Amino acid sequence: MPTHDVLIIGAGLAGQRAAYAAVDAGASTAILSKVHPVRSHSNAAAGGINAALNPEDSWESHAFDTVKGSDYLGDQDAIEIMCRQAPNEILELEHMGVTFHRNAEGLLGTRAFGGASAARTYYVADITGQALLHVLYEQLLKRHERLDRYEEWFVTSLVLDDDGRCVGAIARDIRTGTLETFAAKTVILASGGGGQVYKPTTNALICTADGIAQAYRVGAPLMDMEMIQYHPTTLAENGFLITEGARGEGAHLYNADGERFMEKYAPNKMELASRDVVSRAEQTEINEGRGFPDGTIALDITKVPRKRILEALREIVNIGRDFAGTDITREPIHIRPGQHYFMGGVKTDIWGRTPVPGLYAAGEVACVSVHGGNRLGANSLLDTLIFGRRSGEHAAEQAATMPRVSIPQARLNDEQRWIDSIIARDRGGRRISAIKEELGQTMNEHVAVFRDQEGLDKALEVVRRLKEEEKTAYIDDQGAVFNQDVLAAIELGYMLGTAETIVLGALERRESRGAQYRTDYPERNDDDWLKHIDISRNGDEPEIEYSPVTITQWEPQERTY
Amino acid sequence: MPEFTLKVRRYLPESGEAPYWQDYTVDLEGHRSVLEGILTAKADQDGTIGIRCSCRAAICGSCGVRINGRAALACKTHLEEALESSQADGEIVVEPMGNMPVLKDLIVDMDAVHWKKIQRVTPWLLPEGPPPEREYVVPHEAMVDVTQSMACIQCGACVSDCLSMEVDPDFIGPAALAKAYRFVGDPRDGQHEERLKDLSEDPAGVYDCTHCFNCIEACPKGVAPMNQIMRLRRMAGDDYEIVDRNNGHRHEKAFTSLVRDNGILWEAELLPRSYGGDSFFGKFAPAAGLELADSLPSIVRALMRRKVTPMGALRPHKIPKEDRAQVERIYERVEGRDERLELNLYITGFEDEDEPAGESESQAAAESQGSSA
Repeated sequence: MPTHDVLIIGAGLAGQRAAYAAVDAGASTAILSKVHPVRSHSNAAAGGINAALNPEDSWESHAFDTVKGSDYLGDQDAIEIMCRQAPNEILELEHMGVTFHRNAEGLLGTRAFGGASAARTYYVADITGQALLHVLYEQLLKRHERLDRYEEWFVTSLVLDDDGRCVGAIARDIRTGTLETFAAKTVILASGGGGQVYKPTTNALICTADGIAQAYRVGAPLMDMEMIQYHPTTLAENGFLITEGARGEGAHLYNADGERFMEKYAPNKMELASRDVVSRAEQTEINEGRGFPDGTIALDITKVPRKRILEALREIVNIGRDFAGTDITREPIHIRPGQHYFMGGVKTDIWGRTPVPGLYAAGEVACVSVHGGNRLGANSLLDTLIFGRRSGEHAAEQAATMPRVSIPQARLNDEQRWIDSIIARDRGGRRISAIKEELGQTMNEHVAVFRDQEGLDKALEVVRRLKEEEKTAYIDDQGAVFNQDVLAAIELGYMLGTAETIVLGALERRESRGAQYRTDYPERNDDDWLKHIDISRNGDEPEIEYSPVTITQWEPQERTY
Repeated sequence: MPEFTLKVRRYLPESGEAPYWQDYTVDLEGHRSVLEGILTAKADQDGTIGIRCSCRAAICGSCGVRINGRAALACKTHLEEALESSQADGEIVVEPMGNMPVLKDLIVDMDAVHWKKIQRVTPWLLPEGPPPEREYVVPHEAMVDVTQSMACIQCGACVSDCLSMEVDPDFIGPAALAKAYRFVGDPRDGQHEERLKDLSEDPAGVYDCTHCFNCIEACPKGVAPMNQIMRLRRMAGDDYEIVDRNNGHRHEKAFTSLVRDNGILWEAELLPRSYGGDSFFGKFAPAAGLELADSLPSIVRALMRRKVTPMGALRPHKIPKEDRAQVERIYERVEGRDERLELNLYITGFEDEDEPAGESESQAAAESQGSSA
């Protein structure tokens, strides 16, 4: 049984940053991921990372933009920490080797991004997430003597001891099918979000809400789950992301009548209003018949000089060419809002601690909450790094004071029996893929940009039926080596459990705030709903509680852009 | 919707059976990807098909496979495109990548080859001294320049199709050497010379590349690994004057100087000049003699098969005067530059002025109106 001080589950930016911090703090550390670390979905964060590093900018301004962007649901203590520590984090990354864009003087240069009152987004062309992920991985390779990497291992459960403390996890070696227990004094979940609950989504196929569901199953509360970000510019055809960097560089949005419609919705910030505002504006145009016949809006990047596009937006030139047959330097590309990000997740404090002792969470899997009702573009990379590091440091420090832990063999045997039973199911039920497809379409239809009681009730009914059907869903692959079929079955369970909490949160919040827009409750209602919705598992049933929003210095105001 | 047939190379290690082919027919539009084809088959027909995949948008680098014999990302290759390039009677042939052991179906062991080679090039920044208080001040162009290597997604397509690696499995290879350029081209790294020396001295290093261009063709991200290898060579030989044990740099110099002098390669002079340099006495360099003796069997074979005549080998080839003048002009132009001009994916030499201002805008507006009608 591999035993460590700190076990990190997930090797995207949050996980890698946590590992870097824990190793440097002297802890024996393992990082475990179901894909090779550089395949992680942090790759997809194209546009950049926010920090008030420029002398004319201030962390307070960054924090206020974030608070306002969150529609005042973000916890201001956490937001202050994130924005204060951002400049230093950028510099550390730069020193590690990230090839950040430079200005003419050779200093770090910025680009504009949505919802921000200053150009404070640092970037590497439009491969910022990829560049950060690969450079952090370089640093993990450099630390290979002090860090155990378990690449292509799939976590099936978190393990608690009799006192309710998280003491490790059980994982399957995808290459061999072997199940193994990983004991650890502290466990950091950093396994990302669950966009695959929706279809279409900008999220990768691996984003199946694993960590959210694993934490929920061992009793950790989930917070702000109703807050699902729809990104304003996703490719009509297949939901691929077109970075906000395009609008940051000056691209405009047009409806089918050729109107630059953002004038009506956000006269000051126009295309660079916050994402919930732009997505709602687009969806309104489409719903009221001013979209293109295929239900889309035109994003016109030809406004940006061609040389600049080729240098700074290279990736979306490729995506336009390869996936939409469009040369974005010469013609507009058709887009629409699409599921992109979970603001909610496993509830944590400012050190990444969840209410389950020994269990931490950081990155999209977690909800600190710095994003509240709506995340600003280029704040997610920042969130992963700041809270990844803080979790890693804190977990290492805690582990140093604790005795060695172990997990009884019986626990592993139970898990093996459960997985064997999935593989052995007879072909009486539905296919895993069919249930996943129905889930994605249901969520995208009823739990999207605009929501109402009727649609949400319908969604809840479908999700609960699918949960029943999942119990008998069958798979084809009986093998041990790379049995991706059995992993998909376990992922489906993760997704269904998570989807239920999303729908419940959306039903519960009877107001409109951030990404949650209820057509039956179209106003924000601070008197009743300036609070988080926490959902935890009580026996087999979800239980809803509320927790207060932390306000330090910014009282809620009306939100216009 | 059109039907596409995917002929997939299957290998199930637990079955004890040899690899075999299996056909899957899917109903999908032609601009859908080969990956979507495979995933559709996997979802509806056969969940046992093994393929790594994640982002579906050519950024995670998981789904490198061989399609109709050439390495590619399955997610970035359209079905109709793949069908066109197929030589297998209307079937799209999908196999695992080459140069790496197969674990199951389309999944290869990248750790055993690709990642091992990446680790070979000390793949992390080695700055000199403590970091500055703020950021390192470096030229804008330098960061844009290394962005081409940073664009690598470690998919392994170039490794799969590298011919040198097929012959010499020890070759560090295109992906790892492109990664090495990412540090050698980075002004913040303090070990440029040490890195270059290391990569030049290694018999499996930069001079093991045979310029076959396969990696450039295979790379789905425009990293052009071979170009990065050539830049490592130029920096090692020209900038740092590293005289490598493999004699690679001088050999390359001999090529270019022979073409400059004769307008075309003169094979007989290549060895002496590679060892003895560009002078008459160079012909008597002992190392050249040894190498020549080593090559005697090949020379004799070539003579016997009449690939060359003794006189033809000993005298330079003749080419028309005007052609030779043109070759000379190319040399004058390239060598007359103050600096080496290095273009890449991000530095295209393309200027906005090529296009009259405003044209693209009005054209785009017209098109957008057209599609709205």
